[in-house]
Parts: sequence; structure tokens; C-alpha cells
Amino acid sequence: MTAIPPTTLVDSRAADTRRAPRKLSRAEKRAIAVKGKLSSPWASGLAIIIAILWTVPTFGLFVTSFRSRADIRTSGWWTLWRDPALTLDNYQEALFGSSTNLATFFVNSVVITVPSVLIPISLALLGAYAFAWIDFRGRNLLFVAVFALQVVPIQVTLIPLLSQYVDWGLAGSFWVIWLSHTIFALPLAIYLLHNFMKDIPPSLVEAARVDGAGHVKIFFQVLMPLLTPAIASFAIFQFLWVWNDLLVALTFAGGTTDVAPLTVRVAELAGSRGSQWQLLSAGAFVAMIVPLVVFLALQRYFVRGLLAGSVKG
Amino acid sequence: MDWFIHADETTHKLLLMGLAVLLFVVVMGAILFGIDKIKRAPTWLVVTGFLGPTMLFLVFGLLYPGLRTIRGSFYDARGQSFVGFDNYAAAFTEPQFQIVLRNTLFWVVLVPVLATFIGLVYAVLVDRTRMESLAKTLMFLPMSISLVGASIIWKFVYEYRPVQGEIQQIGLLNQFLVWIGVPPQQFLLGQPWNTFFLIAVMVWIQAGFAMTVLSAAIKAIPDDITEAARLDGLHGLSMFRFITVPSIRPALVVVLTTIAMATLKVFDIVRTMTGGNYGTSVVAYEFYTQSFRAQNAGLGAALAVLLFVLVTPIVVYNVRQLRLAEEIR
Repeated sequence: MTAIPPTTLVDSRAADTRRAPRKLSRAEKRAIAVKGKLSSPWASGLAIIIAILWTVPTFGLFVTSFRSRADIRTSGWWTLWRDPALTLDNYQEALFGSSTNLATFFVNSVVITVPSVLIPISLALLGAYAFAWIDFRGRNLLFVAVFALQVVPIQVTLIPLLSQYVDWGLAGSFWVIWLSHTIFALPLAIYLLHNFMKDIPPSLVEAARVDGAGHVKIFFQVLMPLLTPAIASFAIFQFLWVWNDLLVALTFAGGTTDVAPLTVRVAELAGSRGSQWQLLSAGAFVAMIVPLVVFLALQRYFVRGLLAGSVKG
Repeated sequence: MDWFIHADETTHKLLLMGLAVLLFVVVMGAILFGIDKIKRAPTWLVVTGFLGPTMLFLVFGLLYPGLRTIRGSFYDARGQSFVGFDNYAAAFTEPQFQIVLRNTLFWVVLVPVLATFIGLVYAVLVDRTRMESLAKTLMFLPMSISLVGASIIWKFVYEYRPVQGEIQQIGLLNQFLVWIGVPPQQFLLGQPWNTFFLIAVMVWIQAGFAMTVLSAAIKAIPDDITEAARLDGLHGLSMFRFITVPSIRPALVVVLTTIAMATLKVFDIVRTMTGGNYGTSVVAYEFYTQSFRAQNAGLGAALAVLLFVLVTPIVVYNVRQLRLAEEIR
């Protein structure tokens, strides 16, 4: 999966969707009156139906993950209200049971994710700085080349990369997974951070330059503090992408307990124990809990990044 | 130092992670520190320090493998003898792959259209209501979970139990069929409909993305325009048709193409839900099977290149639309 070019269609601040409901100006209230949104019961009904369709599947599996194995097999989760009996056994078994042992894979996911987020962002910041503020020959050409690399689907690169890693004797280690995630993230990260950097007033950089600051100093003392929100939104994307990735991990980590992340293991369970829902439901939520928490806590940055076009599909 | 390559204990893994980050910081720090110390460093040196590692990675990890895959697509299964366009011919003519191409077409048409449509309708419906923030979060949540997780969620919805004696359905969809008096179905087995049940999962995930971008675009429509239209007697559906949709057309195009690109490359859903069986495979999944299961490197490379060729025009179109949108502004 590769990057998607930016959508600078809307001013992200004006369009920050989460702000709108809180501060309604008089003009906006008038606008509500004018537009008459959701005035008809049909419209509200439709909205509620869609909302239910989008939540019930997850909710059902969530409830199921707390039901005992026997209950799951004999009745649907919607019968829970008749005989409410909940248990944490499924999580116990999924996390620490010798056959599933998701706790180990959880650690692998963490170990894979942290460097795979930190390293590409740091490299991309440096690259974006060079493209935005250092004047050198061939700059535009090089920038267009990096931008164009976003088109390359990672599928195209997997097999040659894998054979290279095998030659080095590094296949199936964390090193190649970190390296691969870093490489695949760079084109989009550079493009995106470059866009943010160009929005910083040149006068700030000029002033620092007049004061005798070199590129390194300007980068760390002038630009970095201003870029924190941009960095945060890209970091969330990269985090979700790496944590949820299946293809890269499957190719370079194999299925070993030593390196494979949660997604690989849970997908494997879905194949080999497709009917053991007590394990699958708990396993799925073990894999989902971290991205859900990160997402809910940092949704504002996520939306801002999305509107700036940082979408990886 | 065995754990340096093959860490197998939790402490070793965490140690290795810390070490990797530290190593990276030290190397980059040394480069930057070096540049900073040199008085009047020439530009090329500064640029190399800032961009060198990145360009090295990109050439090594994207450019060179990409070219090698294109070359490999003209070679046989073991990558040894040149076979011209045979792999492409196989991908387009063999019945097994024609199903794959047909499915890919279904995916790439249906997912963007349905996800965008549902996202747009929902965005309009909840726009400026009291529960807007919560309502949006609900539709947006699936974006944050993995495709594997989403596939398991939906596999459970589609779960089938044979009809006999006291056995009850545990999948919600089949229970619905029972409630309305229809016999339960094996949703993931019956061709060709099973593909559409897989597509539903991707729509479920992508609608939140469409909704967020389109909602922002809708909010950016100036109130004067809607007010004027209102005075001209437009409301409800006609307002939607003649004011909302034309005003957000650029955003619609970007959302459609973005989802189309993401859809082309999805293989997780097919792999988790059916394993590509029962005629549900798509190009991205077939690439994986041919490359890593069937050990047919040539055909796998051809499918990867096919993916590349399919994605490129969408990306180019997307970028051109963005340029146009920026010029209008």
C-alpha cells in the first residue's frame, strides 16, 4: 500500500470538524436554521441506522470476547441479556495460553512499532528541511522524484528486498522490518512534512540566519517547535500503519514467535482455528486495543493529518 | 551477541529496540554535529548530511527493487530464462486469473462508490447536529483498527450454523434471516456473491475516511451560498443535489480516487476471511499467493507490475485534480 497525495481542499483549521459543534457563532446558528438539517424524522432515522450498522458488528464481537466458550457456541451474543454471565477467561487464554501466547506477539508489535515510527519521521524531517530551506542544484528534480516514488506499491518491492535480506543473513530479524517500514514511509512523510515546513514564514528562518545560525541550529531551534502538531499527526498515521500492517510483517518476519507481530498471529488464528470464537474474539481485541486508545486520545491530530492528505491506504 | 539478530526473550527484544533507536540517534547526531562544526561547510556537504541516508534508503528499497521486479516479470517461475510477455498473457487469459481480474474490478468500482456515497449521506445528515462529534467518531473508529481485526469482526457477523435441531445461529446476519423467516446462508462460500460480502468490509472501513473529508468540505461551503439557494426555494434533496454536491466536487473526486487506490492494494481482508478460496481472490492477494506459496516468481512479479500499472493512472488523475482545485482557490 502506498501513499496518497494531499488534499489541501479545505483549510484544516476552519474544517476541524470537532470544533464546530462547540462554538456556534450567531452566524452558524442562523445557518442551522437556514439549512434545517435533521429536521425530518426520516433523516434522523437514517443517520441512526447507519450509526448502528457501523457499531454493532464491533460491539457484538466485543461482548462475545467476554462470554464463556460454551455460551458462544450455543447462543448469539444478543441473548446475553437473558443470562448475563461474563468472564475474562478468553483473554487469559489468548494472552498466556501456550498455544496462542499473544502476550509475546504483543511485545513483538511494540518492538516493531517504536523504531518504525521514530526513524522515518526523523529522516523525513531532515529531508523535508533540505527540500524546503536549503538551496541546492537539482532540488526540484529530486523532490519530484521522491514525490513520484509514492506511486510504487510496496508489493513491487517485496521479493527483491526479501532476497537481499536473505543474502545478508538478516531475514526474519527486527532489523529488516524496521528498515522496510522506514523505507516505505519516507516518500509520503517527506512530502507531507515539506508541505508543513513551507507554511512557516520565511522571515523566521531568515532572521535566524542573520543571527548566524547554521542549518542544524535553525532546524532544531526554529523549525522543530513549530512543527510539533504536524509531527504528531504523521506519527499517528505511521503508528497505525505499522501496528496494523500485515503484508510487510508476513513477508519479512515469517510466522515465528520471535519476530512476528500481533496481526500476523491473529490472522493465523483466524485461518487455523476459525471456529474457536472465544480465542479469536479476545485475540482481535488484544490487537485492536492499542490503536483504539491512541486513536481516541489523539483524534484531533488524526483528523487534521487526514485533511492535510496524510492517508496511507 | 546472538540476540542482536535473533532476539527471543522479552528483555532482549526491548533492549534491541532501545539499541536500534540509540544507534540511529547517534549516527544521525554525528552527521549533523559534524556539519555544524565545519565552518562554512559547502552546500553539497550539508545536503548530503540532511538527505543522504534518505536517498540511500529510497534507492535501495524502492527504486532498485521496483526495477528488478519489472525485469523479473519477463522471466519464468524461477527467474532464470526470459519468457517475454508470457506471464502477462497467463494473468489475462487463464480462467482462474480472469476471476481474479473480475473480482478486482468489482472491488475497485464498488468500494469507492459505496463508501463515498454512505460517507457523504452520513456527513450531511449529522452536519451541525448536537451529537455530531460522537456520531462521527462512531463511523470513524473502524479506520483505526487493522484490516485483520475488521475481517474477524465481520467473519463473526457472517458466521453460519447448519440448520438442524436446537442449533442456534451465532452470526448476527444469519440470525436476522432466521427472524424474517429465510433459511441461513453460507455467505462466504456462495460464488459469486461472497465477493460482495468481502467488499462490504472494506466499505465499512473506508466510509469513515470519506465522511471526515467530505464533512470538512461541506463545512467550508460559504453560508451565503446556501442561504441564497434557500431563498430561491431549494431545500432538502434538491439542496443536496444542486448546492452541496457541486460545491464539494473536488473533495469527492479526491476521496473516490484515494479509496480506489487503497482498495486495489488490499489483500488482508481476502486472506483473513476466505484465504482466497471460493473464487474471492483479487490481484493483490494473487500476487502474494503466486510469489510466496506457488513459488512462481515470474507470475508474482507480473501481478505486482499489473498492480503498479493500475494504480498509476489513478494517482496521476488525483494529483491533477488537486492542482486544479488549488488553482481555483
